[in-house]
Amino acid sequence: MAEVALRNIVKTFDRTPAVAGIDLNINDREFVVLVGPSGCGKTTTLRMIAGLEEATSGEIYIGDQLVNDVPPKDRDIAMVFQNYALYPHMTVYENMSFGLRLKKFPKAEIKERVENAARILDITNLLDRRPKQLSGGQRQRVAMGRAIVRNPKVFLFDEPLSNLDAKLRVQMRMEIKKVHQKVTVTTVYVTHDQIEAMTLADRVVVMNGGKIEQIGSPNEVYHRPTTRFVAGFIGSPAMNFLPCRLVEGSNGSAGLSVKLSDKLTFPVPPDRVGRYRPHAGRELLFGLRPEDIIEKRGDLPPGRTAFDAQLDVVEPMGMETMVYFLVDGTEVCGRVNPAVAGKPGETMPLVADLNHMHLIDPKTDQVL
Amino acid sequence: MTTATAQIGTGERSAVRYGSIARGRKRTLYWSYFFLILFVIFFLMPPVYMFITSLKTSAEIGAVTNPWWVYHPTLQNYIDLLSQAQFLTFFKNSALVAVIVVSVTMVVSIMAAFSLARMKFWGSGTLATGVFLTYLIPESLLFIPLFKIFAFIHDLTGIELINHWWVLVFLYPTLTVPFCTWIMIGYFASIPKELDEAALIDGAGYIQILTRVFIPVALPGIIAATIFCFTVSWANFLYPLAFTTSADQLVLPVGIVTTLIKGDVYNWGQIMTGALLGAAPPLIIYAFLMDYYIAGLTAGATKG
Repeated sequence: MAEVALRNIVKTFDRTPAVAGIDLNINDREFVVLVGPSGCGKTTTLRMIAGLEEATSGEIYIGDQLVNDVPPKDRDIAMVFQNYALYPHMTVYENMSFGLRLKKFPKAEIKERVENAARILDITNLLDRRPKQLSGGQRQRVAMGRAIVRNPKVFLFDEPLSNLDAKLRVQMRMEIKKVHQKVTVTTVYVTHDQIEAMTLADRVVVMNGGKIEQIGSPNEVYHRPTTRFVAGFIGSPAMNFLPCRLVEGSNGSAGLSVKLSDKLTFPVPPDRVGRYRPHAGRELLFGLRPEDIIEKRGDLPPGRTAFDAQLDVVEPMGMETMVYFLVDGTEVCGRVNPAVAGKPGETMPLVADLNHMHLIDPKTDQVL
Repeated sequence: MTTATAQIGTGERSAVRYGSIARGRKRTLYWSYFFLILFVIFFLMPPVYMFITSLKTSAEIGAVTNPWWVYHPTLQNYIDLLSQAQFLTFFKNSALVAVIVVSVTMVVSIMAAFSLARMKFWGSGTLATGVFLTYLIPESLLFIPLFKIFAFIHDLTGIELINHWWVLVFLYPTLTVPFCTWIMIGYFASIPKELDEAALIDGAGYIQILTRVFIPVALPGIIAATIFCFTVSWANFLYPLAFTTSADQLVLPVGIVTTLIKGDVYNWGQIMTGALLGAAPPLIIYAFLMDYYIAGLTAGATKG
């Protein structure tokens, strides 16, 4: 039972701020993923929770205890490292039991805990091996096992899957989720992979430049990003951003439209007109995800607008095809049905679903 | 490979010749063997000559015969030497000095290396460089100031620090500690930082990180340092020559030379025998530890 709370945490290395004031509450048994590009301060934040780095200022609470000055071993946490950090001279059993042996647990209890963890992770048959004799995925399991046997208040994961190949990564991602469902412990997980963040997290914390950009459920940060950074970082392929002008009038009515180029103007869906009205006439940034630009088929439901695009690049992915076209010199990506995808150079009728559009203020980078 | 490609390019011959890689390898091997044999002959000639001479009587050594052949082999040199209490004293002194120096050096340099490699503290980088610079000073420069220091201590306290075998225990670490510390810093630095962080989170203190993680992981390095340290303290000639004089305080290298050469009379048979016997322990230790060393390196390398 442990919440983790960070209060205005700052960390500077030689006067360079790595973490610039973070407030974060992590609930008991919650799976929180810190995600962001390299150097955004996510790993530093995790290491401060672990006690491997000292916070320059601010307060860190685990449970009700202020742990700023508590050494890592007394924080009752367990950490899984990117390169696993297994002790190479010990067997899997010894690796997993090392912490318990240091704490002088009775032998029988150590055995029971290790075997239990090994069962959860399906590595019972590997207990006598040494790390060198294991594959990457197996080492990853052992590293998680070492964390589980400690029965800690908080699990910390530092990019645990980035050393695995793509296929194994997907598999281990699921394993981690399974383990968390079996061993419900407060978990903080750091990754730069937004798909990992989306799939694993109860809540995603998107970080950039040492600050938190947005905290929310995976769906929230995907569908309702609050900043341009979050909108661009979450989602693959990334959201299309186009400079635009918000102009009065659409189809001769009292609505608004987004003017992307001389040829291309999209009407703003009526339910958003009120929200965007104050910004009418301004130069803004228009954002729309690739999956909201699709091939034209049948009637257009409300909020969707058809247009023709001359394809520049076509990328077949199997289940779908990415089409790229230029709007005023900016490359725009759409996701279409492979059966109807055109060839490069051809003109293809597409539909933009403006119910999912975003407008961003280029001055503040906030989503309006 | 080049020839094969060229032939395809010109199209003059349709058949591609295979086996050019094997030919290249063969040629390389011939040269490797040539140089290896050359080096083996070069380096093994002195010990072989020592061995041959040690089996000869003084008369045969003095006679004009083939120096590379023994016509009347005898073990008399070995018997004489091993029955001399003096020679056994040299051996005992050498062994004691080596064992104590190795133990002291390894304890000091492992702890020094650990703190210099891992516990970042003010001046740790400078200290590490300083340790290395110390090693660069040759012993032939050090022994005179050391002698002066010992004389000074004698004047101050009355403790006699010259002409005792155990004085060497204080002297040899000036050579062994810097080098072993330097080797161990390199070894410890190559251990990933996450390993001590994992141990830290697992609840280990610095001493436990050292004894339960660093020392086992860096064992090959520790063994390499031990071998070096033993060889230095076993074979050093200058320090015992300068600091010890009485026959019962001498160590092997100096003992053999000073007691078996009387004026201009060289007892070659016994000198060679003594040198051969003196060279045996490092050889045995090498052989034994090298096995262990290689075993440590390859343990668990094969998949089960």
